[in-house]
Amino acid sequence: MRVMIPSALRSYTGAGEVAAEGATLGAVLADLDRQFPGLRFRVIDEQDRIRRHIRFFIDGEQSFDLGQALGPDAEIYIVQALSGGDSSV
Amino acid sequence: MSSVTLLIATRKGAWLLESDAARRTWRVDGPHFLGHELNHLVLDPRDGKTIIAAGKTGHLGPTLFRSEDRGRSWKEASRPPAFPKAADGEAGRTVDHTFWLTPGHADDPGVWYAGTSPQGLFRSEDGGDSWEPVSGFNDRPGARKAAGGSQDGTPDGPKLHSIIVDPRDRNHIYLGMSGGGVHESTDGGKSWRPLIQGLEVVEGLDPANIAFHDPHCIRLCPSNPDRLYQQNHCGIYRIDRPSETWTRIGKAMPPEVGDIGFPIAVHPHDADRAWVFPMDGTSVWPRTCPGGTPSVYSTRDAGASWKRHSAGFPDRQVWWTVKRQAMTSDRMDRVGLYFGTTSGELWASADEGESWNCIASHLPEIYAVEAATA
Repeated sequence: MRVMIPSALRSYTGAGEVAAEGATLGAVLADLDRQFPGLRFRVIDEQDRIRRHIRFFIDGEQSFDLGQALGPDAEIYIVQALSGGDSSV
Repeated sequence: MSSVTLLIATRKGAWLLESDAARRTWRVDGPHFLGHELNHLVLDPRDGKTIIAAGKTGHLGPTLFRSEDRGRSWKEASRPPAFPKAADGEAGRTVDHTFWLTPGHADDPGVWYAGTSPQGLFRSEDGGDSWEPVSGFNDRPGARKAAGGSQDGTPDGPKLHSIIVDPRDRNHIYLGMSGGGVHESTDGGKSWRPLIQGLEVVEGLDPANIAFHDPHCIRLCPSNPDRLYQQNHCGIYRIDRPSETWTRIGKAMPPEVGDIGFPIAVHPHDADRAWVFPMDGTSVWPRTCPGGTPSVYSTRDAGASWKRHSAGFPDRQVWWTVKRQAMTSDRMDRVGLYFGTTSGELWASADEGESWNCIASHLPEIYAVEAATA
Protein backbone atom coordinates (compact mmCIF):
# COMPACT_ATOMS: atom_id res chain seq x y z
CA MET A 1 0.00 0.00 0.00
CA ARG A 2 0.99 3.61 -0.38
CA VAL A 3 2.14 5.71 2.55
CA MET A 4 2.47 9.48 2.23
CA ILE A 5 5.39 10.85 4.21
CA PRO A 6 5.48 14.38 5.67
CA SER A 7 8.51 16.59 5.07
CA ALA A 8 9.75 16.08 8.64
CA LEU A 9 10.29 12.36 7.96
CA ARG A 10 11.78 12.50 4.48
CA SER A 11 15.31 12.47 5.91
CA TYR A 12 14.47 8.82 6.63
CA THR A 13 12.61 7.86 3.44
CA GLY A 14 14.12 10.20 0.89
CA ALA A 15 10.69 10.39 -0.74
CA GLY A 16 7.24 11.78 -0.09
CA GLU A 17 5.57 8.50 -0.97
CA VAL A 18 6.71 4.98 -0.13
CA ALA A 19 5.29 1.46 -0.27
CA ALA A 20 4.77 -0.63 2.85
CA GLU A 21 3.04 -3.85 3.89
CA GLY A 22 0.90 -4.75 6.88
CA ALA A 23 -2.56 -5.82 7.96
CA THR A 24 -2.86 -3.06 10.55
CA LEU A 25 -1.59 0.49 10.99
CA GLY A 26 0.85 -0.83 13.60
CA ALA A 27 2.16 -3.48 11.23
CA VAL A 28 2.68 -0.91 8.49
CA LEU A 29 4.66 1.25 10.93
CA ALA A 30 6.79 -1.78 11.86
CA ASP A 31 7.47 -2.38 8.16
CA LEU A 32 8.36 1.28 7.67
CA ASP A 33 10.80 1.03 10.59
CA ARG A 34 12.43 -2.02 9.01
CA GLN A 35 12.86 -0.13 5.77
CA PHE A 36 13.78 3.19 7.38
CA PRO A 37 15.31 2.50 10.82
CA GLY A 38 14.39 5.01 13.52
CA LEU A 39 11.28 6.38 11.80
CA ARG A 40 8.74 4.69 14.07
CA PHE A 41 10.09 6.12 17.35
CA ARG A 42 9.81 9.63 15.99
CA VAL A 43 6.03 9.21 15.55
CA ILE A 44 5.11 6.55 18.17
CA ASP A 45 6.41 6.71 21.75
CA GLU A 46 7.71 3.86 23.91
CA GLN A 47 4.22 3.27 25.32
CA ASP A 48 2.87 2.76 21.77
CA ARG A 49 1.06 6.08 21.84
CA ILE A 50 0.88 8.33 18.80
CA ARG A 51 3.02 11.39 19.44
CA ARG A 52 1.22 14.63 20.18
CA HIS A 53 1.87 16.42 16.91
CA ILE A 54 1.52 13.46 14.56
CA ARG A 55 -1.71 12.38 12.86
CA PHE A 56 -2.56 9.33 10.76
CA PHE A 57 -5.24 9.32 8.07
CA ILE A 58 -6.37 6.07 6.46
CA ASP A 59 -8.33 6.49 3.25
CA GLY A 60 -9.15 10.02 4.34
CA GLU A 61 -10.30 9.17 7.87
CA GLN A 62 -8.22 10.01 10.92
CA SER A 63 -7.14 6.97 12.94
CA PHE A 64 -5.96 6.85 16.54
CA ASP A 65 -5.70 3.06 16.70
CA LEU A 66 -2.52 1.18 15.78
CA GLY A 67 -4.61 -2.00 15.70
CA GLN A 68 -6.90 -0.69 12.98
CA ALA A 69 -7.22 -3.21 10.17
CA LEU A 70 -6.25 -2.05 6.70
CA GLY A 71 -7.57 -3.03 3.31
CA PRO A 72 -5.03 -4.24 0.73
CA ASP A 73 -5.25 -0.97 -1.17
CA ALA A 74 -5.42 1.38 1.80
CA GLU A 75 -3.78 4.76 1.45
CA ILE A 76 -2.10 6.14 4.57
CA TYR A 77 -1.17 9.73 5.19
CA ILE A 78 1.23 10.57 8.00
CA VAL A 79 0.70 14.24 8.82
CA GLN A 80 2.78 16.59 10.96
CA ALA A 81 0.31 18.73 12.87
CA LEU A 82 1.70 21.39 15.16
CA SER A 83 -0.97 23.34 17.00
CA GLY A 84 -1.31 26.92 15.84
CA GLY A 85 0.13 29.40 18.32
CA ASP A 86 1.96 26.67 20.21
CA SER A 87 4.72 28.13 22.36
CA SER A 88 7.22 25.78 20.75
CA VAL A 89 6.89 27.49 17.35
CA MET B 1 46.72 22.92 23.92
CA SER B 2 46.38 24.50 20.51
CA SER B 3 42.67 24.86 19.73
CA VAL B 4 39.23 25.26 21.25
CA THR B 5 35.99 23.99 19.76
CA LEU B 6 32.69 25.35 21.05
CA LEU B 7 29.63 23.15 20.66
CA ILE B 8 26.48 25.25 20.62
CA ALA B 9 23.05 23.64 21.02
CA THR B 10 20.07 25.88 20.33
CA ARG B 11 16.34 25.81 20.03
CA LYS B 12 16.65 25.46 16.26
CA GLY B 13 19.89 23.64 15.52
CA ALA B 14 23.55 23.28 16.40
CA TRP B 15 26.72 25.17 15.52
CA LEU B 16 30.41 24.46 16.03
CA LEU B 17 32.93 27.28 16.42
CA GLU B 18 36.66 26.67 16.29
CA SER B 19 39.61 28.85 17.18
CA ASP B 20 43.32 28.59 17.81
CA ALA B 21 44.91 29.12 21.21
CA ALA B 22 44.61 32.92 20.94
CA ARG B 23 40.82 32.63 20.72
CA ARG B 24 40.51 35.95 18.82
CA THR B 25 38.79 34.71 15.66
CA TRP B 26 36.34 31.86 15.29
CA ARG B 27 35.46 29.71 12.31
CA VAL B 28 31.74 28.94 12.25
CA ASP B 29 30.37 25.57 11.11
CA GLY B 30 26.60 25.15 10.89
CA PRO B 31 23.74 24.96 11.20
CA HIS B 32 23.54 21.26 11.85
CA PHE B 33 20.02 19.82 12.25
CA LEU B 34 18.34 23.11 11.35
CA GLY B 35 14.92 23.18 12.99
CA HIS B 36 15.72 20.58 15.63
CA GLU B 37 15.54 21.57 19.29
CA LEU B 38 19.02 20.61 20.45
CA ASN B 39 19.41 20.42 24.20
CA HIS B 40 23.00 19.25 24.39
CA LEU B 41 25.94 18.67 22.08
CA VAL B 42 28.97 16.97 23.62
CA LEU B 43 32.38 15.97 22.21
CA ASP B 44 33.90 12.82 23.71
CA PRO B 45 37.18 13.88 25.36
CA ARG B 46 38.35 10.23 25.29
CA ASP B 47 38.68 10.04 21.51
CA GLY B 48 38.45 13.71 20.50
CA LYS B 49 36.17 12.97 17.55
CA THR B 50 32.83 11.49 18.65
CA ILE B 51 30.02 14.01 19.15
CA ILE B 52 26.56 13.18 20.43
CA ALA B 53 23.63 15.56 19.91
CA ALA B 54 20.32 15.30 21.77
CA GLY B 55 17.43 16.56 19.66
CA LYS B 56 13.77 16.56 18.80
CA THR B 57 11.56 18.67 16.58
CA GLY B 58 8.21 20.36 17.02
CA HIS B 59 6.52 17.34 15.47
CA LEU B 60 8.82 14.37 15.98
CA GLY B 61 9.83 12.49 19.08
CA PRO B 62 13.25 12.67 20.72
CA THR B 63 16.38 11.05 19.36
CA LEU B 64 20.16 11.24 19.46
CA PHE B 65 22.54 11.80 16.59
CA ARG B 66 26.14 10.63 16.56
CA SER B 67 29.16 11.78 14.64
CA GLU B 68 32.48 9.96 14.62
CA ASP B 69 34.25 12.67 12.63
CA ARG B 70 33.70 15.85 14.68
CA GLY B 71 30.43 16.74 12.98
CA ARG B 72 31.28 16.16 9.32
CA SER B 73 28.74 13.33 9.12
CA TRP B 74 25.95 12.19 11.43
CA LYS B 75 24.07 8.97 12.07
CA GLU B 76 21.02 8.51 14.25
CA ALA B 77 21.31 6.34 17.38
CA SER B 78 19.76 2.94 16.74
CA ARG B 79 18.09 2.87 20.16
CA PRO B 80 17.67 6.33 21.75
CA PRO B 81 16.81 6.69 25.46
CA ALA B 82 13.27 5.38 26.16
CA PHE B 83 11.49 4.18 29.27
CA PRO B 84 10.39 0.52 29.46
CA LYS B 85 7.00 -0.37 28.05
CA ALA B 86 4.53 -0.44 30.92
CA ALA B 87 2.53 -3.52 31.78
CA ASP B 88 -1.11 -3.51 30.74
CA GLY B 89 -3.13 -1.21 32.96
CA GLU B 90 -0.10 0.68 34.24
CA ALA B 91 0.85 4.22 33.28
CA GLY B 92 4.17 4.16 31.47
CA ARG B 93 6.52 7.07 31.16
CA THR B 94 7.61 8.62 27.88
CA VAL B 95 10.86 10.49 27.22
CA ASP B 96 9.96 13.96 25.98
CA HIS B 97 13.55 14.95 25.37
CA THR B 98 17.07 14.00 26.33
CA PHE B 99 18.39 16.98 28.22
CA TRP B 100 21.90 16.11 29.36
CA LEU B 101 24.80 13.99 28.06
CA THR B 102 27.93 12.97 29.96
CA PRO B 103 30.78 10.81 28.64
CA GLY B 104 31.68 8.01 31.04
CA HIS B 105 34.93 7.47 32.90
CA ALA B 106 38.21 7.81 30.99
CA ASP B 107 38.82 4.06 31.48
CA ASP B 108 35.37 3.18 30.09
CA PRO B 109 35.57 4.10 26.42
CA GLY B 110 32.14 3.90 24.83
CA VAL B 111 30.22 4.48 28.06
CA TRP B 112 27.90 7.51 28.12
CA TYR B 113 25.16 8.70 30.46
CA ALA B 114 22.03 10.65 29.52
CA GLY B 115 19.48 12.52 31.61
CA THR B 116 15.99 13.06 30.28
CA SER B 117 12.76 14.96 30.83
CA PRO B 118 10.69 13.58 32.48
CA GLN B 119 13.52 12.56 34.71
CA GLY B 120 15.30 9.36 33.84
CA LEU B 121 18.92 8.19 33.81
CA PHE B 122 20.13 6.17 30.82
CA ARG B 123 23.42 4.49 29.97
CA SER B 124 25.11 3.48 26.73
CA GLU B 125 28.06 1.12 26.43
CA ASP B 126 28.54 1.44 22.67
CA GLY B 127 29.43 5.06 22.20
CA GLY B 128 25.86 6.33 22.37
CA ASP B 129 24.32 4.12 19.68
CA SER B 130 22.01 2.17 22.00
CA TRP B 131 20.75 3.16 25.44
CA GLU B 132 19.27 1.33 28.40
CA PRO B 133 17.47 2.76 31.44
CA VAL B 134 19.49 2.76 34.67
CA SER B 135 16.96 0.88 36.74
CA GLY B 136 18.88 1.42 39.98
CA PHE B 137 18.01 5.09 39.68
CA ASN B 138 14.77 5.20 37.69
CA ASP B 139 13.03 2.48 39.68
CA ARG B 140 14.52 3.09 43.12
CA PRO B 141 12.14 3.42 46.07
CA GLY B 142 10.89 7.00 46.27
CA ALA B 143 11.86 7.88 42.70
CA ARG B 144 8.45 9.27 41.79
CA LYS B 145 8.25 11.13 45.12
CA ALA B 146 11.58 12.85 44.51
CA ALA B 147 10.48 13.95 41.06
CA GLY B 148 7.40 15.56 42.54
CA GLY B 149 4.34 16.48 40.55
CA SER B 150 3.90 18.25 37.25
CA GLN B 151 4.36 21.65 38.93
CA ASP B 152 7.69 20.75 40.53
CA GLY B 153 9.73 20.88 37.37
CA THR B 154 10.90 23.63 35.09
CA PRO B 155 8.36 25.16 32.66
CA ASP B 156 9.24 22.81 29.81
CA GLY B 157 9.49 19.71 31.99
CA PRO B 158 11.57 18.50 34.94
CA LYS B 159 15.21 17.83 34.10
CA LEU B 160 17.77 15.24 35.11
CA HIS B 161 21.06 17.06 34.68
CA SER B 162 24.65 17.50 35.86
CA ILE B 163 25.58 13.82 35.60
CA ILE B 164 29.15 13.76 36.92
CA VAL B 165 31.48 10.76 36.98
CA ASP B 166 34.29 11.06 39.54
CA PRO B 167 37.54 11.06 37.52
CA ARG B 168 39.12 8.84 40.24
CA ASP B 169 36.32 6.27 40.43
CA ARG B 170 34.03 5.15 37.62
CA ASN B 171 31.46 3.90 40.16
CA HIS B 172 31.12 7.26 41.92
CA ILE B 173 28.45 9.32 40.19
CA TYR B 174 26.58 12.51 41.08
CA LEU B 175 23.49 13.94 39.40
CA GLY B 176 20.94 16.70 39.87
CA MET B 177 17.18 16.64 39.57
CA SER B 178 15.41 19.91 38.90
CA GLY B 179 13.41 19.50 40.97
CA GLY B 180 14.27 16.55 43.13
CA GLY B 181 17.66 17.26 44.69
CA VAL B 182 21.26 16.08 44.35
CA HIS B 183 21.92 12.34 44.38
CA GLU B 184 25.06 10.23 44.66
CA SER B 185 25.93 6.64 43.80
CA THR B 186 29.12 4.84 44.82
CA ASP B 187 28.33 1.54 43.11
CA GLY B 188 28.07 2.53 39.47
CA GLY B 189 24.41 3.53 39.62
CA LYS B 190 22.96 0.45 41.31
CA SER B 191 21.94 2.40 44.42
CA TRP B 192 21.59 6.09 45.21
CA ARG B 193 21.25 8.39 48.16
CA PRO B 194 20.38 12.07 48.44
CA LEU B 195 23.07 14.69 49.08
CA ILE B 196 20.99 17.70 50.12
CA GLN B 197 22.11 18.60 53.64
CA GLY B 198 22.61 22.36 53.93
CA LEU B 199 20.65 23.20 50.79
CA GLU B 200 17.78 25.62 51.22
CA VAL B 201 14.35 25.41 49.61
CA VAL B 202 11.72 28.01 48.82
CA GLU B 203 10.62 29.77 52.01
CA GLY B 204 7.77 28.01 53.74
CA LEU B 205 8.48 24.60 52.21
CA ASP B 206 9.95 21.66 54.13
CA PRO B 207 13.62 21.00 53.25
CA ALA B 208 13.15 17.41 54.42
CA ASN B 209 10.97 16.82 51.35
CA ILE B 210 13.43 16.12 48.55
CA ALA B 211 10.92 17.10 45.86
CA PHE B 212 11.30 20.73 46.98
CA HIS B 213 15.04 20.78 46.25
CA ASP B 214 16.02 22.37 42.97
CA PRO B 215 19.68 22.20 41.97
CA HIS B 216 20.12 24.11 38.71
CA CYS B 217 23.70 23.17 37.82
CA ILE B 218 26.42 21.18 39.62
CA ARG B 219 30.12 21.18 38.67
CA LEU B 220 33.00 19.10 40.00
CA CYS B 221 36.44 20.73 40.11
CA PRO B 222 38.85 18.81 37.87
CA SER B 223 41.83 19.91 39.96
CA ASN B 224 40.18 18.75 43.20
CA PRO B 225 37.45 16.15 42.62
CA ASP B 226 36.42 16.35 46.29
CA ARG B 227 35.08 19.85 45.69
CA LEU B 228 31.80 20.60 43.91
CA TYR B 229 30.04 23.88 43.28
CA GLN B 230 26.34 24.25 42.73
CA GLN B 231 24.01 26.96 41.44
CA ASN B 232 20.66 26.19 43.02
CA HIS B 233 17.19 27.70 42.77
CA CYS B 234 17.94 28.95 46.30
CA GLY B 235 21.52 30.15 46.16
CA ILE B 236 25.13 29.23 45.32
CA TYR B 237 26.76 26.39 47.27
CA ARG B 238 30.03 24.51 47.70
CA ILE B 239 30.74 21.13 49.23
CA ASP B 240 34.10 19.57 50.12
CA ARG B 241 33.80 15.81 50.38
CA PRO B 242 33.69 13.72 52.41
CA SER B 243 31.57 16.40 54.07
CA GLU B 244 27.86 15.74 53.66
CA THR B 245 26.88 19.38 53.99
CA TRP B 246 26.66 22.09 51.35
CA THR B 247 27.62 25.64 52.38
CA ARG B 248 25.75 28.61 50.91
CA ILE B 249 28.67 30.63 49.55
CA GLY B 250 26.27 32.90 47.67
CA LYS B 251 25.60 34.79 50.90
CA ALA B 252 28.76 36.75 50.05
CA MET B 253 27.26 38.04 46.78
CA PRO B 254 26.07 41.68 46.75
CA PRO B 255 22.56 41.70 48.26
CA GLU B 256 21.18 43.82 45.43
CA VAL B 257 22.28 41.14 42.92
CA GLY B 258 21.54 38.07 44.98
CA ASP B 259 22.73 34.54 44.33
CA ILE B 260 20.01 33.18 42.06
CA GLY B 261 20.86 31.92 38.60
CA PHE B 262 21.15 28.85 36.43
CA PRO B 263 24.75 28.17 35.30
CA ILE B 264 28.02 27.87 37.18
CA ALA B 265 31.47 27.29 35.67
CA VAL B 266 34.60 26.11 37.46
CA HIS B 267 38.29 26.73 36.85
CA PRO B 268 39.98 23.62 35.40
CA HIS B 269 43.25 24.18 37.28
CA ASP B 270 42.27 26.06 40.48
CA ALA B 271 39.47 24.68 42.64
CA ASP B 272 39.12 27.98 44.53
CA ARG B 273 37.83 29.70 41.39
CA ALA B 274 34.33 29.67 39.86
CA TRP B 275 32.04 31.93 37.86
CA VAL B 276 28.29 32.53 37.92
CA PHE B 277 25.85 34.56 35.88
CA PRO B 278 23.25 35.98 38.27
CA MET B 279 19.63 36.24 37.27
CA ASP B 280 16.68 38.20 38.60
CA GLY B 281 14.89 35.69 40.80
CA THR B 282 12.81 38.22 42.69
CA SER B 283 9.03 38.75 42.70
CA VAL B 284 7.60 36.87 39.71
CA TRP B 285 11.00 35.50 38.66
CA PRO B 286 11.65 37.58 35.53
CA ARG B 287 14.68 35.36 34.70
CA THR B 288 16.56 38.35 33.23
CA CYS B 289 19.81 40.18 34.01
CA PRO B 290 19.29 41.92 37.37
CA GLY B 291 18.45 45.56 36.66
CA GLY B 292 18.90 45.01 32.93
CA THR B 293 22.69 44.95 33.42
CA PRO B 294 24.60 41.76 32.55
CA SER B 295 27.43 40.75 34.87
CA VAL B 296 29.54 37.72 35.51
CA TYR B 297 30.68 37.24 39.10
CA SER B 298 33.76 35.27 40.02
CA THR B 299 35.30 33.97 43.19
CA ARG B 300 39.01 33.30 43.78
CA ASP B 301 38.59 32.10 47.35
CA ALA B 302 36.07 29.26 47.09
CA GLY B 303 33.12 31.59 47.57
CA ALA B 304 34.26 33.73 50.49
CA SER B 305 34.09 36.78 48.22
CA TRP B 306 32.86 37.62 44.72
CA LYS B 307 33.99 40.14 42.11
CA ARG B 308 31.85 41.65 39.35
CA HIS B 309 32.98 41.53 35.69
CA SER B 310 31.17 43.55 33.06
CA ALA B 311 33.85 44.88 30.68
CA GLY B 312 32.55 44.43 27.15
CA PHE B 313 28.89 44.00 28.07
CA PRO B 314 26.24 46.64 27.29
CA ASP B 315 25.57 48.62 30.47
CA ARG B 316 21.79 48.98 30.28
CA GLN B 317 18.55 47.60 28.84
CA VAL B 318 19.73 44.02 28.55
CA TRP B 319 17.04 41.48 29.34
CA TRP B 320 18.39 38.11 28.27
CA THR B 321 19.75 35.45 30.57
CA VAL B 322 21.91 32.31 30.47
CA LYS B 323 20.52 28.80 30.86
CA ARG B 324 22.03 26.11 33.08
CA GLN B 325 24.00 24.34 30.34
CA ALA B 326 24.99 27.49 28.50
CA MET B 327 28.10 28.62 30.43
CA THR B 328 31.41 26.83 30.49
CA SER B 329 35.19 27.12 30.63
CA ASP B 330 37.91 25.74 28.39
CA ARG B 331 41.09 24.06 29.65
CA MET B 332 43.70 26.44 28.31
CA ASP B 333 46.42 27.65 30.70
CA ARG B 334 44.82 31.09 30.69
CA VAL B 335 41.25 29.89 30.90
CA GLY B 336 38.63 30.98 28.40
CA LEU B 337 35.01 31.36 29.43
CA TYR B 338 31.93 31.19 27.25
CA PHE B 339 28.21 31.66 27.60
CA GLY B 340 25.24 31.68 25.26
CA THR B 341 22.13 33.76 25.84
CA THR B 342 18.42 33.24 25.52
CA SER B 343 18.57 35.90 22.80
CA GLY B 344 21.04 33.91 20.68
CA GLU B 345 24.30 35.71 21.44
CA LEU B 346 27.52 33.90 22.21
CA TRP B 347 29.96 35.71 24.50
CA ALA B 348 33.59 34.77 25.14
CA SER B 349 36.37 35.83 27.47
CA ALA B 350 40.00 34.85 26.79
CA ASP B 351 41.22 36.37 30.07
CA GLU B 352 39.41 34.34 32.72
CA GLY B 353 36.32 36.53 32.77
CA GLU B 354 37.94 39.95 33.05
CA SER B 355 36.65 41.16 29.66
CA TRP B 356 34.10 39.85 27.21
CA ASN B 357 33.41 39.87 23.47
CA CYS B 358 30.29 38.84 21.57
CA ILE B 359 31.57 36.26 19.07
CA ALA B 360 28.22 35.31 17.49
CA SER B 361 24.77 36.87 17.45
CA HIS B 362 21.35 36.30 15.88
CA LEU B 363 21.46 32.59 16.66
CA PRO B 364 18.32 30.89 17.98
CA GLU B 365 17.89 30.73 21.75
CA ILE B 366 21.01 29.02 23.10
CA TYR B 367 20.39 26.00 25.31
CA ALA B 368 23.92 24.66 25.83
CA VAL B 369 27.56 25.61 25.31
CA GLU B 370 30.41 23.13 25.67
CA ALA B 371 34.12 23.85 25.12
CA ALA B 372 36.47 21.12 23.91
CA THR B 373 40.16 21.88 24.22
CA ALA B 374 42.69 20.05 22.06
